[in-house]
Amino acid sequence: MSHKMTRGKKPLLPQELHPMDQWLRSERMPHIWCAGCGIGPTLYAWVRALDTVGIDKDKVVYVSGIGCCGRGSGYLDVDGFHTTHGRAIPFATGIKLVKPDLCVNVISGDGDIFSIGGNHFIHACRRNVDLLVICTNNFIYGMTGGQLAATTPIGDYSTTTPYGNIEPPFNTPYLADASGAVYVARWTSIHVRLLEKSIAEALRMKGFRYIEVLSPCPVNYGRRNRLREVDDIAKWFWQSSVIRHGADTREVQIEKGKPIILGNFVKREKLSYYGELKKLEEKVKRAAEAKK
Amino acid sequence: MNASGKTLLTQRVKVSRGEIHIIEERCKQCRLCIELCPREVLQESEKVNEKGYHLPEVVEEPEKEKICVSCGICEVACPEYAIWVREKKEMHQGRGIYGKNSSNR
Repeated sequence: MSHKMTRGKKPLLPQELHPMDQWLRSERMPHIWCAGCGIGPTLYAWVRALDTVGIDKDKVVYVSGIGCCGRGSGYLDVDGFHTTHGRAIPFATGIKLVKPDLCVNVISGDGDIFSIGGNHFIHACRRNVDLLVICTNNFIYGMTGGQLAATTPIGDYSTTTPYGNIEPPFNTPYLADASGAVYVARWTSIHVRLLEKSIAEALRMKGFRYIEVLSPCPVNYGRRNRLREVDDIAKWFWQSSVIRHGADTREVQIEKGKPIILGNFVKREKLSYYGELKKLEEKVKRAAEAKK
Repeated sequence: MNASGKTLLTQRVKVSRGEIHIIEERCKQCRLCIELCPREVLQESEKVNEKGYHLPEVVEEPEKEKICVSCGICEVACPEYAIWVREKKEMHQGRGIYGKNSSNR
């Protein structure tokens, strides 16, 4: 770990460092995310899952898009790629196809993956590209000032819907399931231990794996929706969540006043895009040899 | 129920004890560690860091039920990577770690 850029601060001694610090660029801490943001716990859960599965740090690639989550690739001491808005999945697809031995992860927000990058998401699901996509869903466009997102529940307030939202949001696990993802799960950043287990399970699989992480945004979502304090959102997640593994993804839509259904919904076996590509290559080679 | 037919709650077990470390400059006073702690080990202190945020502190002279058992929920839920728990070497005699919110987190 380097302490070259300490910005005039005294670097911490090794025994004073957080266990996460071996994966962090410590000199950039404290990070820019607001107090109570769910991205921090999500990244820590992901890092612990990588440790559990035993993936070499040099083999890990973290691709992020634009938004609050985009900062993550700069804070972590793994090979990171901060891409253009909504294009995290296409960049990650490219990395995976050129270097198939790498563990490629996309950790980005709902605005990045489902609004501007929605098309890329469904097509990556359809092709079953070997990626782990973790979407931290905070129900709003956090970084740009709290505009209506494609995941904002009906009736919620944002800067662009001062009288309440009338647009039905995406049911993202159903979208991923219907498009052909092999692993679909939903957790919150309060259920950190279960999230860690779920990520570890996903890391051991091949194919397009999607995990939605509901994340508190007290500043831009909570403040306008009577969830001003971090505790309020944490209580909402904790008290109204029901864990139902293998639930029908058609019924897991998030609605205010109804339970939030969490769990590992879908797990299926399917040959990944790279596997199909190798199969095709062999078929073409055999056909060419037969012609000779 | 364990093999001998007694419930674990009535049995005397060895409980681990934790030592809480706080990296002061990182804390942003979101209070998640205080709210999520199943044993109410932490409380908000008067002490502030260089940005003016009130830091969490360990309750002094706690009751027996309010001693850290090194479950690590504050560490894994902290968005700032500012608090972490190290398990103390020596073990203490006590009841099992079945606090009010100890499951699933």
